[in-house]
Amino acid sequence: MPKVAVIKFPGTNADLDVVWVLRKVSRLEAYSIWHSEFRADGWDAVVIPGGFSYGDWLRAGAIAAKSEVVKELVNALDNGIPLLGICNGFQILTEAEVLPGVLLPNESCRFICRWVRVRFVNPRGPWLKLVSNDFVADMPIAHGEGRYYVGFYEEVSKLPLITYYGYNPNGSSYDIAGVGTSDGLVLGLMPHPERASEPELTPRTLSQGGRVVWLSISNALREGW
Amino acid sequence: MYVVEVVITNKRVARDPEGETIYKDLISRYGFDKVRGVRSGKYLEILVESKSHEEALNYVKDLCSKLRLYNPSVHDVRVELRCLK
Repeated sequence: MPKVAVIKFPGTNADLDVVWVLRKVSRLEAYSIWHSEFRADGWDAVVIPGGFSYGDWLRAGAIAAKSEVVKELVNALDNGIPLLGICNGFQILTEAEVLPGVLLPNESCRFICRWVRVRFVNPRGPWLKLVSNDFVADMPIAHGEGRYYVGFYEEVSKLPLITYYGYNPNGSSYDIAGVGTSDGLVLGLMPHPERASEPELTPRTLSQGGRVVWLSISNALREGW
Repeated sequence: MYVVEVVITNKRVARDPEGETIYKDLISRYGFDKVRGVRSGKYLEILVESKSHEEALNYVKDLCSKLRLYNPSVHDVRVELRCLK
């Protein structure tokens, strides 16, 4: 069975939620791995989950972005290991310049915790294999620094994007909630797909919008993408 | 108009999680071994309508203590005039 590593930094708190959905929804082998104990070989995919890292001092994700594990993950990308960053994981990947843009404090200057509706644009790669273009889904966000900023839309317009649909909660440029690399091997997003993948955690009127991500990686690791 | 800078830092006796983390987990970990420590703080730039620089400076010093912009039991504060605007 394909194996997925979920990296834990000091302050990460969503690692076990991600391990849970990888096991229950994706039906994959998944483990939470302390960052200094991680070695890239032997893993089929890696997730950097949400929470905080190193107190999010300096800037959210800035200290973890310089860590050995992120360097190792960047090297692993050459071997085609899919990498997903959720929330703080997304912040780490932008600070490491694996993904374009930067995440600034929310326009409201407040921490925001709520469900949002997002739309998938140009979906491709292992994390979005089963997603059709313009697919709309519900997921919760919980962040203080989630305002995605990128200078020109042309920098990201051809890339896989996840955009806030109907309402932009934090002032992100071009309503961007998530972005991937051009091949879709790396994906980062502020909303939490692991918190929107089971009926127990999803309000009745909303969709389990994160499921499609976990079903995609499950399918991709077994059948290719 | 004067721009007055206010820098608030923890007193030397107080721990400073942000500075310590930046030092311990970032700077000293990646080969910058001449660095001996980092202290973080809060930086405020206060724009003051005033006739003279002494007045602007004292005005800000006064508001810093009256409104407790810093807590004198744990913080050091530095108030400096930066420029005329």
